[in-house]
Amino acid sequence: MVQNRVPQNDRPGDPGYAECLSAFEARVARGDKVEPGDWMPGAYRQQLIRLIHVHANSEICGALPEGGWIPHAPSLKRKLALVAKVQDEVGHAQLLYRAAETLGKSREEMIDELITGKAKYSNVFHYHAETWADVATIAWLIDAGAIVNQRMMAEGSYGPYARALKRICYEEAFHLTHGYDMCITLATGSKLQHDMLQDAVNRWWKPIMMFHGPSDGVSTHTDQLMRWRIKLKTNDEQRQEFLKQYVPKVHELGLTLPDPNLRFDEEADAWRYTEPDWDEFMNVIRGNGPASALRLRARRMAHEDGAWVRRALEAAARGNRATVNQNDE
Amino acid sequence: MSDTQWPVFEVFHQQARGEPHVHVGSVHASDAEVALLMAKEQFGRRQACVNFWVVPADAITATAYDDVDIFEHGTDKSYREAYGYETTRRVRAQTTKRPRSLRPPEE
Repeated sequence: MVQNRVPQNDRPGDPGYAECLSAFEARVARGDKVEPGDWMPGAYRQQLIRLIHVHANSEICGALPEGGWIPHAPSLKRKLALVAKVQDEVGHAQLLYRAAETLGKSREEMIDELITGKAKYSNVFHYHAETWADVATIAWLIDAGAIVNQRMMAEGSYGPYARALKRICYEEAFHLTHGYDMCITLATGSKLQHDMLQDAVNRWWKPIMMFHGPSDGVSTHTDQLMRWRIKLKTNDEQRQEFLKQYVPKVHELGLTLPDPNLRFDEEADAWRYTEPDWDEFMNVIRGNGPASALRLRARRMAHEDGAWVRRALEAAARGNRATVNQNDE
Repeated sequence: MSDTQWPVFEVFHQQARGEPHVHVGSVHASDAEVALLMAKEQFGRRQACVNFWVVPADAITATAYDDVDIFEHGTDKSYREAYGYETTRRVRAQTTKRPRSLRPPEE
């Protein structure tokens, strides 16, 4: 089986660690990808498992607020697109769980940790999608934020994660266009539609500003993640990239953003904004957001309600094997 | 809850008849038939596809990445390549240098 070997001498102080580490860092610095069978520092493995696991969980939990809106989509065309997007997100989760598995953590463990509330997922999915305009805002601006992050991560050093992300980015392009299309429709529609979209953008702006994670001064992992090319840009750099691309587009639709300090600083070539409340961010991702309990309940219910399907498939697989054996005799 | 860790199948995808099957990823499935279904859902949603292979991951034997020696050429292997033949270049050079009068008449 093409699998990773048992991690060996991968902690500082282990015999041979220093030599292995310098060869590893030289490879990463050259821009070579790391593959599952390679020696890697234990901390590299753990950081990647943590990140990919959170990413996979976010794909699953991101499908929940959107999935709830499928029966209420305003037209058949919108409904078909939303169903397709939700299916994509769940598919992305599976690709990502597989990538994390190559580092030695099973999909089952990861799913269990999500359902029991032990594992984290993106801050933005801890909030309610209150109206159809929220669905449009999520599909446009949150997917835009995700693409900034994922395009960067796709250039990262770990082969299986980078491969999964290339496929994911390709599909996210449709989500973004679909989201933009929905937002344009609402923004250029009746006053009621325009106001509904403005409301949604007001509600989502704070979580969106937190989406790329704690600012560089607060973030505890950034240095190591950058040195090992797991990440190629800091959280603040990603946030700036997102603001540069999307604030003008939001304004173009005749919408305002609910931050009095938001302005472009020509000299610094950067957006200025009110620093998000990172304590609130930490509290939300620990499972204390407005919709956290609802998300976990929905996820757990889907898992439990789907148990009979898994049992049936297993019984069918056993039956097939029995038939094959009989034919052999 | 321990009923989701099914075997892994590697998935190979053929975009058109005549093209090679290319590895695109892997799926968990209870058996090969379900793996094909999963492969179609996961990797056949958009791009053109005429055929899938699924292979149990544990049926694959691979070389080790750190065993780099096996891909090193101990000696010059240019004789395996078209560019490795000097005569071709020499013949070409001769042909173009030859005076016009010596070339066969053009039609």
